[in-house]
This record gives sequence, structure tokens and C-alpha cells, in this order.
Amino acid sequence: MFLINCPYCGERDQQEFKAGGEAHIERPKQPTELSDDEWAEYLFMRKNIKGVQFERWNHAHGCRKWFNMARDTSNDEIKAIYKMGEKPPTQ
Amino acid sequence: MTQNLRVKSSEFIDETNRISFKFDGKTYYGFKGDTLASALIANNIHLVGRSFKYHRPRGIMTSGSEEPNAIVQVNPNSNITEPNARATEIEIYEGLEASSQNCWPSVNFDIGGINNFLAPLFPAGFYYKTFMWPKSFWEKYEFFIRHSAGLGKSPNKRDPDIYDHRNIHCDVLVVGAGISGILAARNAAKNNFKTLLLDEKNELGGSTIFEANEDNKINNNLASEWLKKEINELENIKNLEIKTRTSVAAYHQYNYLLARENLTDHLNKKDKKNKIRQRLLKIRAKKVILATGALERPLIFNNNDRPGIMLSSAIKKYSNFYGVACGTKNIFFTNNDSAYESALSLHNKGIKVEAIIDIRENSDAKIIKKITDAGIKIYWSHTIVDTRGYKRIRSISIMRLSNDGTSVTGSKISISCNCLGIAGGWTPAVHLYTQSGSKLTFDEERKIFIPKTDAKEQISVGSCGGDFELDEIITNLNYKLKNFLNIDKTDFEGIALENDHETSKRNIWLLPSDQTIGKTKPFVDYQNDATAKDIKLALREGFRSIEHVKRYTTTGMGTDQGKLGNMHALGIIADTAGIKMGELGTTTFRPPYTPLTFGTIVGRNVGEFFDTFRRTPMNDWHIKNKAEFENVGQWKRSWYYPKEGETMHQAVQRESKAARQSAGILDASTLGKIDIQGSDASEFLNRVYTNAWSKLAIGKCRYGLMLNEDGMVYDDGVTTRLGENHYIMTTTTGGAANVLGKLEDYLQTEWPELDVYLTSVTDHFATASLCGPNSKKILNKIIPDLDLSDDNFPHMSFKEVLIDKINCRIMRISFTGELSYEINAPASYGEAIWQKCIEAGKEFNITPYGTETMHLLRAEKGFIIVGQDTDGTMTPIDLQMDWIVSKKKYDFIGKRSLYRSDTMKENRKQLVGLLTEDPNIVLEEGAQIVSELNQKPVEMLGHVTSSYFSPNLNKSIALAVVKDGKNMKGKKLFIPMENKNISVTVSNTVFYDEKNERLNA
Ligand SMILES: [Zn+2]
Repeated sequence: MFLINCPYCGERDQQEFKAGGEAHIERPKQPTELSDDEWAEYLFMRKNIKGVQFERWNHAHGCRKWFNMARDTSNDEIKAIYKMGEKPPTQ
Repeated sequence: MTQNLRVKSSEFIDETNRISFKFDGKTYYGFKGDTLASALIANNIHLVGRSFKYHRPRGIMTSGSEEPNAIVQVNPNSNITEPNARATEIEIYEGLEASSQNCWPSVNFDIGGINNFLAPLFPAGFYYKTFMWPKSFWEKYEFFIRHSAGLGKSPNKRDPDIYDHRNIHCDVLVVGAGISGILAARNAAKNNFKTLLLDEKNELGGSTIFEANEDNKINNNLASEWLKKEINELENIKNLEIKTRTSVAAYHQYNYLLARENLTDHLNKKDKKNKIRQRLLKIRAKKVILATGALERPLIFNNNDRPGIMLSSAIKKYSNFYGVACGTKNIFFTNNDSAYESALSLHNKGIKVEAIIDIRENSDAKIIKKITDAGIKIYWSHTIVDTRGYKRIRSISIMRLSNDGTSVTGSKISISCNCLGIAGGWTPAVHLYTQSGSKLTFDEERKIFIPKTDAKEQISVGSCGGDFELDEIITNLNYKLKNFLNIDKTDFEGIALENDHETSKRNIWLLPSDQTIGKTKPFVDYQNDATAKDIKLALREGFRSIEHVKRYTTTGMGTDQGKLGNMHALGIIADTAGIKMGELGTTTFRPPYTPLTFGTIVGRNVGEFFDTFRRTPMNDWHIKNKAEFENVGQWKRSWYYPKEGETMHQAVQRESKAARQSAGILDASTLGKIDIQGSDASEFLNRVYTNAWSKLAIGKCRYGLMLNEDGMVYDDGVTTRLGENHYIMTTTTGGAANVLGKLEDYLQTEWPELDVYLTSVTDHFATASLCGPNSKKILNKIIPDLDLSDDNFPHMSFKEVLIDKINCRIMRISFTGELSYEINAPASYGEAIWQKCIEAGKEFNITPYGTETMHLLRAEKGFIIVGQDTDGTMTPIDLQMDWIVSKKKYDFIGKRSLYRSDTMKENRKQLVGLLTEDPNIVLEEGAQIVSELNQKPVEMLGHVTSSYFSPNLNKSIALAVVKDGKNMKGKKLFIPMENKNISVTVSNTVFYDEKNERLNA
């Protein structure tokens, strides 16, 4: 059970949050211009790596804000938390 | 024959407080402070159960939660009986009743015991090999297995006890109150850390508290005497909370731990009453200090499981702590010095020790001389090759061990005894440590797993960290605490320590016998009857992974999770396969560390508190009018309103007719409602719905379909434009929360530039849906001033009105195909408005109807229900709803996916209507559809999604999804059922009023 530092509310128990999959996958601005393969890449393909992974999280039972998290999937260590629209930390 | 084996009064036992209890129906006596195990041993009872597979007689082996054998049924004759309790953990109280498990008909005469003689037929993997094939044999075995081998019986009545949950936040959590845990907790508290100290036992002090070794001294006192004084002073320390009888079950990431606090199990029936039995503590600690100690290892030798064979440390605890002799003729069998301490403390109390069998060649420890001075014979370099005695050990046979430890030589010596203490060294209790995600390493020299990479803000101290000698424990504890708590000094730094050191070790995982292994029974897992032979067999049959060997042989899979024998299993695998133990890895220790009752896990969330449920403002009226309810998500919705003597079918048929012929009324308050405001509200709707919204006039309503980005239908509902920048969206009852979440997600992450605000207002409004040809007349009676003409208030439009000074929103929209009005009133006036409709509708025989009739009426019209007619794989095109998908809009959620090659395939499953050849047959929802009856394998074309008998059409109707259904209109298909095949014809999805004439009737 993680302890997550919501950028708007502070530290809260994991059960207040909802995980939202991989972060930094932007919805294409012009979907109709994309080939089936390109659209499928956006729609379906997600990384599942052992190591630091960037994820979307939502404080669903709190402020309901979405934010990003860098988490090491090998030991569940939360490396960084940053707001939507902000760049992922480099290391 | 019972016999009193109480040898000496103990300060931990209150001999003035005699307690009677029943075991297997007979009454015995013990004292306050006894466990069931110590009290039974005091009555000279060792045989307490039978093993799971061979039904071999088994006795008490340990004095703690690691007990594999003494598993009993508490309150066996009650409906609320509890199985699988450990006799070593049950504190006796007046009126306690317990009985043996795995014994039928009784512990002394056991039918299943015959398995013991059939043992060659029960090798590893027996269950997999035999019971699975041939399949038809399973039923025959099942009776036998269920009857003779069950692990206790479960209660069959509701648990009457009260359980509780509590959240705890602390700076430092210390798990285990042995000498390390106590010193650690005390120093944390003294340095202003809010500290919580937990121990599973009812007394503090761990194993040091009953230590009698005169060579172990702290500040020139016996270690046990010194510790007792320290414990007495703990209560004066601020910031320190201590909970005993509290066992940590699970250790999750970020120092989140679950512990079970046992509050009343040790009390007699009268004192238990109305008190919380157990409490689940949910602890979030800033720092965790693990001081969980070590478990003594058994030795694995032929017939090592007879009643009377116990861990050496347990024998010491029974004699020193409970004042009970485990036997009158004792032998110890060891590979280290600790058994000598146990032997000596027995000897000093006048309990006879016959001999010590030591597999080592010798030892330099000081204690050896004391043993020889006491006249106790030591057999160096000897091992036990066999034991005798069926219900209690009677004698052992020993032989000289070869230098390499793999065989025995010389002549056999037989020694009689009635208790055998075995000492195989110590295994750090690292279960919680590994649960937390911390990583172990294997110490090849000492043959133990020790902590290597600790999780954040965590340390292991004392013997769970691999420190076993007193001076080593205290010195390392001092160093570790200063670092961990970031303090300059501890209050025990420089304390005078004196202790004897372990000098020689010899570890042999499987001790040899003079018989071949095939003829021996060296048990590794006592509870599951897994022997070393089984493990070797598994390896011979090709199993390599420790996890596979474990499952195949069932080693470590009992309620004790193999706390005693897991290391030996690993060792035997490593030795047999010729690999290093460190490379083998260890099996995963999963929570809970000790079993939890369901009651503790559930806490107060039972019965009506199991889940929250939501009721509409008109709920009381529904109850008064005898509605039957159904659960829709968390809502309790009126399902139908049966009149006296009516079946559900009759009620629904009556309600459905009334709604079409005159007037009906439905409580639609549960529909999700989202208030949408902002200058970009129209643009936002354009992007989330498949159809266009910009041109919707103020005061008008529109049906919308929402897709997932993959093109599949996600939700639907009517949205009304209340103002230039103001809409109210309705969603399905079950989808409300998810739709809001999805919309917020897009707004915050993809389109933050849009000026849109979303507010859930589901609970703010109560909705009464008036339906039927007379609904206009009823509404006119309620609001005479409002012009209800089709010109002023047409279908798909909205009016804001006052009804008795109550602000109401009325939408003229229809989910039944009839003329309908949805009256939305502020929730607190919901029942009043509903009552008003009922009063006004009386002369038209207004009929309240529930969800079942609503479903029937919409099915007659072919309107879909998302989640019933769709399942996340249906596009709007599959639903034959092409009309709602805008071709002009550049983009909306899911649009691109509608042009993927897969979603454009012609022969996808599509929504169609089905009519049965016999109009009286109503299809089963979920039934499969085929085109050929005699084809094998038969191709499943799809399934029935909605099916009803329509009273308005006087025939059965159904909706279904069928492969290539669009091109099948008029085609005959079949629904194969258990006893018959039903012929159906594919039809249009709209069965009733295809031209929508009734909307304006
Ligand atoms: Zn928040």
C-alpha cells in the first residue's frame, strides 16, 4: 500500500487514488491523418518495464486531480511526483 | 492415565487460579497463564491430532505460532466453532472446549490411520496423479477424503462476535518484544519518537525471559532477571504504547502493516460478552524495527514425528516458563550447544535427562562440563536412525555417523525415553522482512537467510537479523539504533555483557539411517506429511524450481506455511541437485504470517454495513407500496410492485400494459446527472459524444452516445441545454461515476485549454418519469398554467416550472416510446412531487412501475441498455445506430477507431431482433445462437441480450447480437437449450410503433 504525495493535497494512502496507466502518451491532434498502425500504436501499445516507469495517477477520493508519477516497478519506490503538463524528471 | 507433570511453581503461572477445560470431551485442569498446550502436557497428554495424509498420531511440537501439529477445533460442538487453532497459542479459560482435528472417529482410534500402512501408495504428487484420472473416480475418493482428512470443520452460523478496525500512525513501530525489541522501543520513545511495540504473546521478553543459563549475564545479573526489571520500568516511559497478543499478519510497501490484536480470546465466556473480540490494526509507520526473533529448526531423521518429539527450546519453555515437564525420561538430539541449556535446566529442576545425542564430534562450550558433571551421557558423532512408539515415543535407536555425514556405522544402541528434544539450530524469522520487499542473502557458512537489502526506513535487529549471541545482539543493536534513529547514544551503551559462545556447528539437512531412504519416513513438513523421500522423488521426476517442488509435494503449504521445515526442504533440494542453496532462492513468504479469521478482516463491514447503498428520495413510498427492490450498482431500485397474490411475471405484464394504455410512473432518480458549464461546454460535448451539439437550441434535449477511444459504446443518455453555456447531462445509473471520471480525465489531461466545469448533481435531484397517453392530462392537473401543446412543449424539449413554489425542471423525453415527461425536483421535495403525480393520476389509474417494466417497454422499442445489449465490444455501427454518428465532425472520442480495419469488418456481431417461432416461448438471456443443429463443432453466432414476453404485442420478443446479423433479416436460426432446440427468425430491432407515432399521441 503506497503512500502517495498528491501535489495538491499532500501525503495520502494509496486507497484514495486510482492508477491511470502510462503517462506522456498524448492523444493525437489529427487522428484522421493517422494510419491504422499509427493509431493502434497510440491506442494499445503500453510499456511494462522493470525499472523506472512514468505513470498517470488520479486522486479519485480526494481532489480528483490527475498528476504524474515516476515509479520504480522493481521495488515500488516512488521517485518523483509532478503535475500534468510538466516534463518528466531526468533521473 | 493422567498424571500431574507440574514440576515447579512458575512466576508466570497463577497456581491459585485453577481453571477447568475440556479436551476431546474430557475435563482437565490447568492454571491461569497456561496455554492449552502447556495444560495438556501437564496432564501428560501429547497425542493431540492426526496428520493430514497418513493420519499418523501427532503431538505438540513447539510452544508458539509455528506449531504444525497441535491444531485443534475450538468450541467443537457449537455452530460457531473455530477450526485450525494452535493449542500453543490458546490461553486457557474457564469453560474452554477444544478437540482434535483430522481424527475420525477419534484421536485414539482413527480410520484414516490405515493410510500410514498404505504409505507406499501415497507418494508425492499422489493427489495430482490419482484423483485427477480417471475423472470419474474423483467422486469415490471425494467421500473418503472429505470424511477422513478435512482440516477441521468450518462454522455454519453467522459469527456473533464483534470485530473492529483501527488506523494507527506512529513514528517507530517495533515488531517483537524480545530483548532487542524492548531496548529498541524504549530508546526510540526516549528520543521523542511516538513508538508502538507489538508482540504476539501475552507476555513481554521473548525467549530471554525464561533463560536460565548462568553463563549469560547482563550487568552481573542473569539475563532473564535483568530483563524483568527493565520490563517493569517500561510503563513509565512516555511516547511508548505496547500491545501484546498482537500478531503482525502482513507488511506492505511504505511501512504499511496489518496486525491482529486479540482482545478477548483468553477471557471466560462471561467476560467476553459484548466486547470486541479482535481488532485489525492498520498501521502506517514512519520507521519499522523488526525484532521478530528466530525459530528453532527440527532435525530431519527417520520417524521424527512421533508424539513426545519436540523442539528443544519448547521443552525449555514448558519447564522454565510454565513449570511443566514434557516427559519423565528425556533425551536431546542436537547439532549445536543450545540443547545443552535445555537439558541442564531440566536437570536442575529434577527432571531426568537420559542422554544427549550430538552429531558433532565435540564442543568447547563451558556448558558441556556441567552436563557431564550432572552425569548425563553424551553420544558424540551419533545420529538417531529410528524411533519407536505409536502414540508416544518409547525409544530411539542411534548409530555412529560417518565423517561425511551421509551414512551410519557400527552397532545400534537403543535408549528408552518418553520425550525427545530436537535442536537443529536457528532460522531467523524473516517472513515479514521479505513481505516488505526487502531482499535476503544466504549465509553459506551459517546456513541461514539473513537480511541484505532493507526496504526504506526499516531495520532488522536481534536474531531475525542474524545475531544470535547475547553480546553480538546488544552490540549490534546499539550500533544499528544510533544510525537508524540518528541519535548519539543509547541508554544501554557500555552495559556489561557476559556469555558463552557457540564453538562448533554441523549442519546436515537429512540425517542418514541404516535403512534405505525408501523405507524411512523423515518428515520435512509435519502438517502436510511431506517427507524428504517425497522431495527427492519430485527431483527425480524432473521438478527443479523450488516453487514447483513445493506445490508437487505440498511442502510448506499447510496453515503453518512450513515455518519449521522450509529450510530443510531447500537444503535437501540443493544437496540432491548439487547446487548451492544461495543460488536456489527461497520460496515467497506470503501474508498472513499467522492465519486470520474472516471476522477480523471484515471488521464492522458486515450485514447492512457490507457496502454502502443508496436510496432515492421516494424510497419510503416504494416500501409502503410493497415494491420489490433490485440492486443497480449501489442503488436500491424498485423492481416491480406486485399486487396481492401476483407473481413477478403477472405484475410486470400488468404494469407494462398500463403504461401504454393509460399512464405509468417510474422513479428515475438514480440516473447519473452531470452539470456542465463554461464557455466551451458545447465544444466539449462535440468532442465526447458521437453526434453534433453546437446547434442544439437552448431549452432542447438530445440523446447522445459516448464511445471509448477504441470505438466501443461506453455510455448513453439525454443531455439538455439549459443556457448558452450550461448543460445537464444524464448518464446510465451504473455508469455515472465512471463517466464523470472519464470526462474529468480528458478535461485535465488532453484539453486543459477548454473552459468547462463539471459537477456531479445526481443526488441533488429526484426524478419522476410520467409515461403514457394520459400523462399530458396528469401533468396539466399539476401545472395548469403551463401550455403543454406540442408547439409550446414539443418532444425533446425542456421547461423550468414552479410546482407549489418548488423549482422543477421538466423534460419531455421518452425511454418507452410513449408520450413522457420527466419531472426533476430538488431531492428533498422528491417524494412530495411523486405523491402529487400519484394523486393527480388516480382517475387515470396511474400505475407505478419498476425497472423490469422499464426494460420490457424499451425492448419493445428496440432501445439499447448499455451493459446489457452491449459489452464493451459493440460499436454504434454494430448496434445499427449509424444515424447517431456524425460524419461531419472532424473528431470525437472513438471516431478514428470506427475506421480501423477490424471495426469496419462486415461480419462483426451486430444487434438484431429475434422472434420465436412459437410466440409463447421466451428465450433465456445469454442463450447461444447457432445456424446449424447437427454441425460439430458448432459455430456460435452470438447470444441473446434481452428477452421478454410483450403484453402489448402478445408475443415474445428478444434482442441479440449475431455475427453478420445485419444481413440475416428473415433468416431462421436456432437456440439449442438443454432439452429442446428453439427456432427463431431474425427481425428488426424495433418491435412496436415503428413510426414513433405514440410520442405525440
Ligand atoms: Zn489531491
